[in-house]
Parts: sequence; C-alpha cells; structure tokens
Amino acid sequence: MHESLLIYRNMRYLKISLVLVLVTGLLYVFHSPVGSPNGGTWLGYTLGTLAAGIMVWLSWFGIRKRSFGGPAMRMEDWASAHIYLGLALVVVSTFHSGFQFGINIHTLLYFLMMFVVLSGVVGLYFYIRFPKMLAENRAGLTTDIMLTQISELDRELSDFSLTVDDETAKAVYEAVHNTKIGGNLINQLTLYVADCPTMAARIFVEQSDGVCDESTRRKLLTRLTKKEGLLSRIRKDVKLRCLLQLWLYIHVPFTFATLAALVAHIVVVFYYW
Amino acid sequence: MGERLKVAIVGSGPAGLSAAAHAAQLGMSHALLERADHASDTIYKYQKGKFVMATPDILPLRSDLSFMAGRREEVLDAWNQGLDSCRANVHYNSDVTKIDRTSEGFQLHTAGGEAFEAENVILSIGLQGNINKMRCEGGDLPLVQYQLDDPEEYENETIVVIGAGDAAIENAVALSAQNTVFIINRRAEFARAKQGNLSLILGAIDKGAVQCYYESNPLKVEPDGIVLDTPDGEVTVKCNRIIARMGASPPRRFVEACGVEFPSEDPKVLPEVSPTYESNVPGLYIVGALAGYPLIKQAMNQGYEVVAYLNGDDIPPADEPLLIEKFQAIGDVAVSDVLASIRETIPVFSELNTLLLREVMLESEVHAVRQGEDIFQRNDYSSTFYTIFAGHVGIQINEDDPSQVVELKEGAFFGEMGLISGRRRTATVVALTDCVVFETPRRTMLKLIQSVESVKRILDKTSILRQIQTHLTPGVPAEDLEDLVDSAEIQNFKAGDAIFSQGDTGNHMHLIRSGSCTVSTRVGGREVVLSYVPAGNYIGEMALLSNMPRSATVKAANNTETICLSGEDFSAVMAKNNILRNSIEAKFRARLRQNEQMAARPEAGNIIQFLVEQGVGEATDVLLIDETLCVHCDNCEKACAETHGGLSRLNREAGPSFASIHVPTSCRHCQHPHCMADCPPDAIHRAPDGEVFIDDSCIGCGNCENNCPYGVIQLASPPKEKSSLLSWLLFGKGSAPGEEASYEAGLLAERTKNGEKQEKDLSSKKAVKCDMCKDVEGGASCVNACPTGAAARVSPEKFMDIAMLSQ
Repeated sequence: MHESLLIYRNMRYLKISLVLVLVTGLLYVFHSPVGSPNGGTWLGYTLGTLAAGIMVWLSWFGIRKRSFGGPAMRMEDWASAHIYLGLALVVVSTFHSGFQFGINIHTLLYFLMMFVVLSGVVGLYFYIRFPKMLAENRAGLTTDIMLTQISELDRELSDFSLTVDDETAKAVYEAVHNTKIGGNLINQLTLYVADCPTMAARIFVEQSDGVCDESTRRKLLTRLTKKEGLLSRIRKDVKLRCLLQLWLYIHVPFTFATLAALVAHIVVVFYYW
Repeated sequence: MGERLKVAIVGSGPAGLSAAAHAAQLGMSHALLERADHASDTIYKYQKGKFVMATPDILPLRSDLSFMAGRREEVLDAWNQGLDSCRANVHYNSDVTKIDRTSEGFQLHTAGGEAFEAENVILSIGLQGNINKMRCEGGDLPLVQYQLDDPEEYENETIVVIGAGDAAIENAVALSAQNTVFIINRRAEFARAKQGNLSLILGAIDKGAVQCYYESNPLKVEPDGIVLDTPDGEVTVKCNRIIARMGASPPRRFVEACGVEFPSEDPKVLPEVSPTYESNVPGLYIVGALAGYPLIKQAMNQGYEVVAYLNGDDIPPADEPLLIEKFQAIGDVAVSDVLASIRETIPVFSELNTLLLREVMLESEVHAVRQGEDIFQRNDYSSTFYTIFAGHVGIQINEDDPSQVVELKEGAFFGEMGLISGRRRTATVVALTDCVVFETPRRTMLKLIQSVESVKRILDKTSILRQIQTHLTPGVPAEDLEDLVDSAEIQNFKAGDAIFSQGDTGNHMHLIRSGSCTVSTRVGGREVVLSYVPAGNYIGEMALLSNMPRSATVKAANNTETICLSGEDFSAVMAKNNILRNSIEAKFRARLRQNEQMAARPEAGNIIQFLVEQGVGEATDVLLIDETLCVHCDNCEKACAETHGGLSRLNREAGPSFASIHVPTSCRHCQHPHCMADCPPDAIHRAPDGEVFIDDSCIGCGNCENNCPYGVIQLASPPKEKSSLLSWLLFGKGSAPGEEASYEAGLLAERTKNGEKQEKDLSSKKAVKCDMCKDVEGGASCVNACPTGAAARVSPEKFMDIAMLSQ
C-alpha cells in the first residue's frame, strides 16, 4: 500500500547507499598514496569511475520516467534509489577529488554536480512537504471545481451589480473581469496580490455604506468575500504546484551541464595523462 | 378461396420470412400472410439506423435469406431482395383474424375477407404485433403516433412521449437533442427499462433535457396538447406531437382461439412447443419470439427448420454439428444420447426441456480432465458454473493442507459461488479421477435460474449448505447442519439498508453471500463506522453470544445478499462442536477489540464511510491516491496513456478526496460490473486475475459508458501509431509521452475539411477503459509509474488497513 519513497522497501536504498559511503570512506582513510590523495591514484580512478557511473545512472532517470510499461523496476524503486545514490554521490566524488580544488574544469564539474544534488535536495523537500499542504488547502476540492465556483460567483456578482450605482457596479465589473490568477512566474509565486480587483471591490463595497440597497450590498459583500477566499486558496494551489515543478527547471538543465562537464573532465584527464 | 396450401405462414418477421423463402425454394405451395404493407414490421419500426445484432455468434445461420449484423436498413434490404429472388408468395395487408381447424387442416380468415386453406400453419407473429394504443378521449387525433422512425426529422417541437419502456426512453432521449421533450411515466420509477436506458433517461432528466411526469396518466388528448392526471392534479401540456410507446401484449387471445394451450395464467407465459416446434394442435407450429426465441437468427433457423420438417427432410437442428464437436471429449456418442444421460445424471439440468438443454450445452464448455489436474485454483477470478458429468472431483477446503478434500461425484455441481459473489474462487478444485465436467457461463446460469424454478431450488439449497460450511463452520459435518440449513433464508438488501440496528433484539446471524457491509455505532449522537465487512464473513454473532441487544448497526454498503441463520439452530450446532465455539468466540473477542480501537479513532471510521459512499464497496480493485505523497506529476496518467495507445483511462485529479485519500476517476473492476450488464456483443469480460476488460468485438454502442456509475468508460477512435521516445526527444516527432494531441487533431481536421457537419460515425469508435494493464508485464502501469508511492491499487479487504494507517 501507500509508502513514502524515503521509507520505501524498508529503506533498502538508504542502506545500500550507506554501505557504499562507508566502504568508500574506509578505503579513503586507509589508502596511503604517494603524495596527497588525488584522482590519479588507483583509488582515485576507482572512485571516479564509480562516481561517473552513478551520475550517468542518475541522469537516466529522466529517460526511465518517460518509458512506460516495461517489466523493469517500479518507478518508486528508481526514485528512492535516485535520492539515496544521489546523496551518496556527494561523498564518493569528494573522496575522488582528494579535496583538491582549483580554477579548472574539474572543480567546475564538482560544483556543478554539487549544485544539482543541492537542487535535488530542495526538490525532495518540496515533494515531501507540499503534497500535504496542497491537499489541506484544497480540502477535497479540485482546481477545476474551485474555478467553477468562482465563475458561478462571478455570474451572481454580475447579476446583482445590475441594480447598483455606477461606481459600485464598476468596482464589481473590475472584480469579475480583471481578477487574475497565475500568470508569469512571479505572479504564480505571489500569494498576496496588492492590486487584486476583487479585494479592491470588497473594500469598496465594505466602505460604501448606504450607497446602494442594503440587501444587495450584503449579497455583493458575501460573494466578494467568498471569492476572495477561493482566490487565496487557488493562488496558494498555483504557487505550490508551480514550486513542485520549478525546481526541475533548475535540476534538469544543470544535470545536462554536469554531464557535459563530465565528458570534458574525462577527455581532459586522459588527454593530459 | 384458392387451392389448398401445404403451409400458411402467419406473420413475416424473421421466422416467417425464412420459412416462406425455404418453402419457395422447395417448391412447396405456401402463402406468407402479413398484416402490414411491408415485411418484418417490428424491425421496420426500429429507430432509423439502429444497429441490429446477429447473436449468438456461434450459431450458424440456416436460411435461404442472408442475415448479418448491420444497420436496420441493410438488414431489411437484404431480406426484401431475398424474398423477391426466391419468388416467395407474400400477401401484404392480410391481417389474419381467425384460424379454424378443419378435417383436412386449417382455414385462415383475414380482415379483408379473404380465406386460405392450408394443411399446416406456422405462427410466427412474434409479440410486437398488437401495440397498446391510447384509449383515452382524443387518442385517435392526428398528433398521436405509435412509432418514431427518424428522431432527426423533428426540430424545435414540443413532444410528449408516453411510456416508460426501452422504446419510449430511446425515443425521448433521441428527440431531446432538437426538441422540448416530456416523458409520461405511469409509475414512480423506470422499472421496466434495460439498465443502459435507465441511466440514459435518468441522466437526461437530471440534466433537464427531458422533463418527466411520474405517476401520471393521460386523461384526454386535445388537438394541440394533452391533459394529464398527475399527483398534483390535472395538468395540460401543450405539444406538437404525442408519441405513445406503451408496449405490446402477447396476442394470447388470438393464439388461444386457434386451440393452443398456455401452461399458466401468467400474462407473460408463452405456449409450449415440441422439439419440432409443433404446438399442442397438430399441424400448427409456433416459431420465433412467441415460442420463446426472441433472437433474429434463432427465429430464422426455426422458420427454415419447420418447413424442412414439413417437407419430410429429417434435418438435425442447426446446432447439431456444434454439439457433436462439443461432445467429442466424451467419446463417440450420439448427441441425443448424451443429452438424455445429462438429464439422468445431473439433477440441476434434469427438468430442462430438450431445446433449453441444447442451448445450455451450446453455451457451455465440455472439459475432459485427467486425474490430478486442477479444474480451477483458489483465488482464480472466474465466475463460471461447473457440473460433473462423469468422475469424481475434490474441493480443497484447507488452503494450508491440500489433503483435506471434500469429494463430489457425478451429478454434483461446484463453482456456484461465482454466480453469486463475483469474487475470487475460494478453493482449488482438483480431479480425483479422470472426469468430464461442463463449464457453463454465469450469464447462462443466471438466465436459467430466473426461468426454471427447479434449477433455482436445487442451487439455493446446496449453495447455502456449502457457504455455511466454507465460511462459518469449517469441519462440521453436513448432518449436523441440517436444521440450520433448513431454517436458513436468503435475504437481499439494497445499498444503505440496515440489516439490523443498534438496540434491536434478535439473535439471527447473517453470513454475507455477496456485497459488503459497514458496522457502525452511535457515539454521542453521531454515527461512527467501526468496520467494513466484505462478503464471506458473518455478522450478528455478538448479540447471539452475549444475549444482549444488538451493539451496533449493520448496513449494506452495496447491494448485498445474506444468508440469515436462526440463532437457536446455530447455538445448537455450537453446543455440539467445541472447535467451532472457540473460533466464533475468538472472532467475537477480536471484533470487540477492533470496535474499541475504532471508536477511539472516529476519523478512521469516517474514511471507511467515505470509501463506501464512493461506491468503493462494490469494487474488487480500486486505485487510491495518498494525497500526502502525490506530487501531481501526472506520471500515472501518462503511463496509462502510453500503455494504451495515447489515451489515458484514468483522470487523476477528478474524483473526490477525504482525509488525504483521493479516489481518482478510474475503473474499480466491480464485483458485478455495471458495464457488463448490457453489452450487445458480449465484449466485456473478466480476466482470470479479476481485470474487467473490453475486447475487440466492441461495436461502440455506448451502453457500458452509460451504465458505468463512475464515469470511467469512454468512447474513442482507434489510436494512431506512436513514434518512439527517442525520436520525440531528438527530432520532435509525434507527441510527447502521455500526450494525445495528434490523435484527436486528425479526427477534427477530417471533420472541418469537408466544410459540413459529418455524421458522427459511432461504429468507428470503441469503448475503452482500464484493463489493469493485463497485457503489460509488471502489472498496472499507473502504480508502477508513480515515483512517490502515492498511487496504490487496493481491494476492499484492505480498507480497514487503509483507514487505520491514514492520518
């Protein structure tokens, strides 16, 4: 049944990664090369090959995710292993470097890779934290239902505004026709929209006591308040869903950059051997 | 009056046509008398373009006329051409009003005053011959009509449809596309309609496309409307047209006047005929729907056969070669001998007449099983019914110990639970000697149970005993259970019905045969669900053991059938058997503990309640998404689309959620699938592992789509070829994984190119639904493709675990 990918299969992939890290660590500690530890010793090459292998395998995740219906491992196995092996890669590649850093392609690769892992960790944090927030925010509704409810409110607002004074009608018109949800990246990530016409209309109607018929005013006010509530829920929904995807727009391109750097790193190493 | 004919055929339905064609072919003197001015009036009056089926597929057609499944028009054309080419002697507008017996045969009189002399008469008048007309004042006004040829002929009219049967519903719904439609139902619900039409009309009423007057009768027809007697008083509805579809009555009075006897007074009962279709009046033959064979192909065969018999041809029935082939497994024995010995050895089938037994055998499989071979295994997902013709079989009643076997001999049956519960097989059945068994499909058996009283009686008694033995009292010999079985009673409950309520007195126990129940109790004025009990379990033992009023309310979660057992008789059985007593006591204590736990965690009960409300109680395997894990990546949908030609059969986001459990719109593989209920080509099946799937014989009629209460079936055109992942990734060829754009776009383009509305060709569309990736290695793709473990497929037995785990 339902099992989070962190604890999947009794944390099998965490255990595998821990063993990997432990073995690498012990080898590094007990290895005494001529000079300082570096990528050129037998251990350096071994760890380098291992790290390169892991990197290629981790990148293959993108292909695997898009190929369906095979007898191969479940996607959750891949995802769980992807996380723990990705974290193990930090240790393996650091030991491979022997802590030798400089201004060169090798160090570039190291930091690119670290950045990819870091973005992955951020993504994992999002994946663990946001689904629950999303569900709580939606409270059993779907985005579509919320949007339908808003358009229903809009229809009612338009109907009621037929009998009110021009200024109120204008404010309501703005609220119905010019309220925006989402938009560009910044919009999607913003929860509080300072110039939201719905909020403006709500405030306007709140303060325009006695201008229009009291019962109509109350009807407008309840609808506007309801709509504002729905809007803030949808905006939160949009924000969370945006974040759930956003990190991938960093993680994936940097993965390609890392792979390119990896190729350069290997070519350079063997060219100047 | 002309010459004396060898045969007069009354009614030109499929049976009559086929008889006339064969008589013409043989050069036999004959006349086909038809009341209308065209042949085959029933099919003639079908709605324009209606698809006519040619079932049963395996039955060969035996007629001089051709017949293939197709549109109404094609079928009728083929018959008319056939009639012409064989020069059949057809008299249209000849309404036979009286058939007299004479010393040499029969004399037939028509309404037009004509008379015919004939040695033999074939009555093939069907049941649709006398339509019920409106009898109220104004019923003969021109705005009243009794048939609807083409619903698209009418536009922007107000039309009143009278009736609640299939024809009325089909007409009303079809008309509602372009007109304002009212439907007048004499009763409070549409009880007579097929399941598919029921959901169609309720949907249309729900949407407002059709307005319904329930419990209403027409009082008077006026030139521009109709006056109705409704529960709220008289109502006048102005309309342009009234279509009365109030059904037809079997022409019993006419048939009886011919001397034919009916076996009972039941208005639906049909006359009995011999294996050569002869009635109790010698020389008077009855074929087709009036003889109980409503299918076109059967009727055509019978018409042909009767004429052949009259000609002195001793032809075997059309199904003879099929039966010979079937019975080859038994050895080289004549079909009639096999049928006779089936009647002798197998009590369930002993009271079937020859025609019915042939039909049952035709639909059954004959298996010769070697000693030691399995017939089916525990947890198999088949629903067929087995009878033993020869040899002994053993039922392995203990999962852990295959040597514990209950032996069944010739004549016994097994697998009957498949007829009832729609769940997995509860035991493995193995051949103890070489044996021959018949495997009869569930549908056939259900039909038989409904129509033959003895079959139902024998099945019920034995299955009650077996179910008690399997689920309640394993190891207790049948002798000890006799009283218990005799006093047991089968009870039916609709979803939401209380089987018993908290505080009731009474010590009956219920063994759930099919369906499932929720157990709930009132805590602080609120109903708290304590548990979910699927079929194969018993309830009500607490009151029995504690001698207290009922401690909880048990409600049916979906349509449920229970065996109600008398408390005294059960106590008597327990008193004799210590092991049984202990096991019941142990269950009692376990339930007490569980109830305590659940009462302390009302939210878990709420989840059960929620799942039951979503109809998940009738599922066998439902996709549940844990919302605390779901990252909305839609990989499940993409995987589904990819494994099924670009069209996802699941909609992740749609569907209700409760306490972080989300039920997406996706097939639940119901115990008794609603979609299967009314599939004309019988294209929906249950695979051995429980998947409900649609095969290629789907004709795209849309019945299953309408019948599914969960909206998980859709009609779609066959998918386009998909380019590979790499060619998409590198060259942008085709659509992205999980995308379906290119496939719908092709269809739309075709429609706009002609610049005019193209008739929607439903036949090219087929129904698609989740088949649980039965043809894909590794199981359901949606679950396999979920990277975060949010998607899981769950069977109802696991609901308690889900509820307990959930936050």
